[in-house]
Amino acid sequence: MLVWSRPGRIVLWMLFALIFGVLFLAPLAVILLSSLADQWNGVLPNGLTTEHYTDVVRGSAWNAVKASLITGFLASALALVSGTWAALSLRLQGHALRRLLGLLFFIPSAVPSVSVGLGLLVAFSHPPLLLNGTIAMVMIAHFVLISAFTFGNVSAGLARLSPDFEQVASSLGARPAYRLWHVTLPLLAPYLVAAFGLSFALSMGELGATVMVYPPGWVTLPVSIFSLTDRGDIFAGAALTMILVAATLVLLLGLERITARATGS
Amino acid sequence: MSAAAFTGTSVMDIDAAKIRGAGSNVHFDKVSVAYGAHVVLHPLTLDIAPGEILAMIGPSGSGKTTALRAVAGFVRPVSGRIRIGATDVTDLPPYERGLGMVVQNYALFPHMRVEDNVAFGLRAQGAEKALIAERVKDALGTVGMATFARRYPRELSGGQQQRVAIARALAVRPRVLLLDEPLSALDAQIRRNMVEEIARLHRSLPGLTILYVTHDQTEALTLADKIAIMRDGRVCSHGPTTELYRRPPNRFTAEFLGRANLLPVTVAEAVGSKGFATARHGDAVLTGAGRDEKAGDRSLLCIRPQHLSLTAESQHTNRIVGTLREVHWQGELTHLVLDVGGTPVRVSATKLPIALPEPGAQLPLFFAPADTSLLPEDAGV
Repeated sequence: MLVWSRPGRIVLWMLFALIFGVLFLAPLAVILLSSLADQWNGVLPNGLTTEHYTDVVRGSAWNAVKASLITGFLASALALVSGTWAALSLRLQGHALRRLLGLLFFIPSAVPSVSVGLGLLVAFSHPPLLLNGTIAMVMIAHFVLISAFTFGNVSAGLARLSPDFEQVASSLGARPAYRLWHVTLPLLAPYLVAAFGLSFALSMGELGATVMVYPPGWVTLPVSIFSLTDRGDIFAGAALTMILVAATLVLLLGLERITARATGS
Repeated sequence: MSAAAFTGTSVMDIDAAKIRGAGSNVHFDKVSVAYGAHVVLHPLTLDIAPGEILAMIGPSGSGKTTALRAVAGFVRPVSGRIRIGATDVTDLPPYERGLGMVVQNYALFPHMRVEDNVAFGLRAQGAEKALIAERVKDALGTVGMATFARRYPRELSGGQQQRVAIARALAVRPRVLLLDEPLSALDAQIRRNMVEEIARLHRSLPGLTILYVTHDQTEALTLADKIAIMRDGRVCSHGPTTELYRRPPNRFTAEFLGRANLLPVTVAEAVGSKGFATARHGDAVLTGAGRDEKAGDRSLLCIRPQHLSLTAESQHTNRIVGTLREVHWQGELTHLVLDVGGTPVRVSATKLPIALPEPGAQLPLFFAPADTSLLPEDAGV
């Protein structure tokens, strides 16, 4: 406790409530209300309805949810495997090379997603790498954008992992593959799950690159939301947004439970 | 969990002979380790006999852990060879060296139960299930942890975790057991108990060679058959424990291995046939155990604090007088600090005169020549 006085604590709590309420809760509350609004002409909606949810579920919402979940899951899984592989490999390199490659892995996260989409569009628009208009392009775009975060998370986990575990395992006769599977990866499990969760959440919300490369028939939730709001159908867009938030939240909570069970925490 | 937990068991005893047969001596042959231009271990030549406990002690950065890690295979020597038994292991990966290792923070795998931790090495080596079950039971029984087999490491105390770590290392029947500051994370009382238990364990496994790295001289003195004292990447002294303690070859050893009073003296009469020399400290003429000191040599006379007495006994033919500066009563022992001709001299006394002397008092100190050792004044290493 940094602040001991009661008035000081009250002021801090009020400041927290203000920041949290204005920056986090207010936008979500507005979207939630929009998704349930019959008409909205004043400060609050004129009436509430679930009609927008019914409309989007009857329409293409389910396909969009499916496209987002599959894209998020596959891209995150791919990013997890490659990010873990990269983090494990870099550990074996010299200090200078490790730092250089570590920085290079983070470059995609610094490039605007629209530019990543454009770059992929140009790069894969000619044979033999003709992938334009395919689902693979969406996967690649998401993979490029989220892999840096996966790599970062796993690297952080590895840095916290005492070398004693692996060294003791080796001294007991465990070959590298056995050691990786039975010691290193289980010890990294919380970081792997966190990396997957973060990647999945980022993928679920990805719009900039996806809108550049998505093929017909593979419209993700953010693209659907963008289309709806662009057409002026704000309430349907809000309903779809809430579905996106709910789907992401359910998956992240599920992952957290798996981690808690695995680590016994 | 009782303190006296380590009990030798049949399978372990049978294997002791097997370990001896496989050759469990360790030989460092001019082993040198460097990180870039920085040499952390200067060419080290050292032997650990089969069944011997060698304690490597020294201050931080002295190279003792590096030497152990070189044996384990986690550090690659820039020159020299390491042999375990008849096998040159220098180029072998750690998992082919047939060792067991226990580290300071136990490094028990937190996601495995105690029994799975102990079984880890055997499973990694592809042992049969029946053998694994037998060895796990045996190893846990040896360290008195059989009833904790289904627990997770987080459900154990520090001492219990260290027992499991030892059981895990023993289960693979290592040729050599490497203990890297294994008791450093434990509190003083448990550490004392564990030292005694490791000593008992070694008595039940006489064939097991142990390389024990520690910075704690008490652990080294209690456990080791031989001690190697490291300093600045070099072995400063090496020899049987009692010999090294009683006759330290240099000042660093004398001061690092227990407390030592080092009186500057000038040799008056060279070492005679009985191994004693006569030396002067101020007006006092003293007799001390020497090596090859000659008349006129400047030396240090090493006397342990517990060998100094305030009362004369028949063997106490040496006498010095000092001014009492400090008295520290510590229950079992009373520590006195005296000024003897400008040199601080510590006395650890179990018995004192009824009236405790006051600081400033002139006190005579008596000691036996056999309890002393002359060492060269200039020999830091």
